[in-house]
Amino acid sequence: MQKFLAPIQHARGISLIAAATTLFLTVFLTGCDKPASTPGAATGPIKVGEFASMTGSEATFGQSSHEGTLLAVDHLNAAGGVLGRKMELLMEDDQSQAGQPATVVRKLIARDGVVAVLGEVASSRSLEAAPICQQSQIPMISPSSTNPKVTAVGDYIFRVCFIDPFQGTVMANFARHTLHLKKVAVLTDVKSDYSLGLAKFFKEGFIADGGAIVAEQNYSSGDKDFSAQLTALKAVNPDGIFVPGYYTEVGLIALQARQLGLNVPLLGGDGWESSSLIPIGGVSLEGSYFSTHYSPEDTSAAVQDFVKAFRAKYNETPNAMAALGYDSAMILADAMKRAGTTDGAKVRDALAATKDFQGVTGKITMDADRNASKPAVILAIRDGQFKYVETVSP
Amino acid sequence: MTELLQQLINGLALGSILALIALGYTMVYGILRFINFAHGDLFMLGAFAGFYISPAVAAVLPGPSLGSGLVVLGLAMLICAVLGVVIERVAYRPLRRRPKLTVLITAIGISLFLENTGQLVFGATPKKFPEIIPVYPVLKFGGLSITSSQLIVLGVTLLLLVALRHIVLKTRMGMAMRALAFNPEAAALMGINTDWIVSFTFGLGSALAAAAGILFAIVYPSIDPLMGILPGLKAFVAAVLGGIGNLPGAALGGILIGVTETLVAGYLSSTYRDAIAFGILIVILLVKPSGLLGKKEIEKV
Repeated sequence: MQKFLAPIQHARGISLIAAATTLFLTVFLTGCDKPASTPGAATGPIKVGEFASMTGSEATFGQSSHEGTLLAVDHLNAAGGVLGRKMELLMEDDQSQAGQPATVVRKLIARDGVVAVLGEVASSRSLEAAPICQQSQIPMISPSSTNPKVTAVGDYIFRVCFIDPFQGTVMANFARHTLHLKKVAVLTDVKSDYSLGLAKFFKEGFIADGGAIVAEQNYSSGDKDFSAQLTALKAVNPDGIFVPGYYTEVGLIALQARQLGLNVPLLGGDGWESSSLIPIGGVSLEGSYFSTHYSPEDTSAAVQDFVKAFRAKYNETPNAMAALGYDSAMILADAMKRAGTTDGAKVRDALAATKDFQGVTGKITMDADRNASKPAVILAIRDGQFKYVETVSP
Repeated sequence: MTELLQQLINGLALGSILALIALGYTMVYGILRFINFAHGDLFMLGAFAGFYISPAVAAVLPGPSLGSGLVVLGLAMLICAVLGVVIERVAYRPLRRRPKLTVLITAIGISLFLENTGQLVFGATPKKFPEIIPVYPVLKFGGLSITSSQLIVLGVTLLLLVALRHIVLKTRMGMAMRALAFNPEAAALMGINTDWIVSFTFGLGSALAAAAGILFAIVYPSIDPLMGILPGLKAFVAAVLGGIGNLPGAALGGILIGVTETLVAGYLSSTYRDAIAFGILIVILLVKPSGLLGKKEIEKV
């Protein structure tokens, strides 16, 4: 029976190969075709690409950021669009996985012919997409990647948030001068560019302020057991622990630290800002602090209008990722209006010239390295809520 | 000294979970001579079963208590046992008379199928596992700490190890299982319903995976559809280390890996924890290819 079937299977194999070849050629040819034809077409919607971690370990980052970006596009289109055209947002999910951003951003540029790219939150994933945008001369704006290396990729890469040297120093000053900590331990995620960068700048800042880094331990994103590292940290009796990681691991770290009787405050950066942090960490996170980009408790009109509109659309309070997602789309539209075109090089020049743009997360001015210089906010975790503590200007 | 003791406790806690997963691996292998690579995914399904049934259990038996925890554990084990039987029926049974490699590759296929279906159905976002038993530090003297959840994991592992040994060595069902392991054709000729025994073995193995999944989720309350991959791999290594097919060997292997990993992470660097744990496996297998407690098998020609 098997022998009789063999030739048929073989024939099917050949037709499969043929089909695959056809598919490949179609993708390849149209892929080469599209970008060449788009600049001429000045009618129809302006296509803007977005890549975000809608699923996976940093899913709340991508979801919040996307909700903010989508709200901005709604507002822009309700006000008549950009350059008399509607803005269309094409979003791709990168599943929080390394390797995916490169794939989806290539697709957005080559297949969909987007004129600009917005994304990502995690620095490692922005770093993957940035060289592709740079090479294709498509302006890319990262809403909230704080690692300095991201915009260093090239002159088409921008961001609307502050960078880690600033964030690390702010947290170091806060730990040293406001909390009066002397000996701090650092627990870094060695798989994340964001975590490595932030840990480095915190350590430099804290030592410069006269504090001591008494121990350093590492983990890898995806780990569930941190008891070995935490036990080693406990042995040196730190006054506080700096954990510049993402929320999924931070929640478990807090939980296990308290179980081991390590009851010192935990400190972190904007990677903590997620609605999933408290459900996992629970009461273990009480009395911890982290730095971020904005607080919905800010009474300024820009923030309150945004919070109101966001609540009306999504029925939840926007966090910093949502606010930065909103700002990233708004600043892109502003640059396109000033450039009077969607041409990559001209939009890049307009973006680089951005000065005192009033965003939700503060006044944004692009510096020579295409980074936004703006204030940071410190939040405390009290009674299971993020509470505003102070704003630190650069 | 306190630090070292605490690290040993941490290692024991981590190791006993690996041991629990390894028990299921090794039992299925011992009876059927087949490595069920989907075991880590049944472990994940067990945790998700617990996640979805615990609100219903909490409605009847309110509050985190040992009783409600055990009910959730039992129900999740039952659900996964049924799933295990179904998987065997659909995916493995039609291949019973095919080469071993075919079944092995099918098992990897099932594993990928469960992981990706899980991402589709449950979502890829990590979920908070509800507190189904009260977790609090039990022991606290001289800076040492053990939590109630760690003690329960250790207790359940030992209990299941003893229960499994009893089932395999002392019951009629166990005798049939051993007969099947020894020679399937002869067992069938002796009137043993081999299909039934294979189904039972898979059901039991899957229930063990579910138990491990629930206990893992109690200690590390963040669950996602890919949570089974790494613990599954490590438990497989533990089973091989202890001598695959040998129940106490799996427990010993799990605890050895857990303690080694914890000591490496605590005193050297967490970057090398897996590398060193797996390196030890290679060394032991070079010296003793059948594993620590494994018996040397004589190949019949």
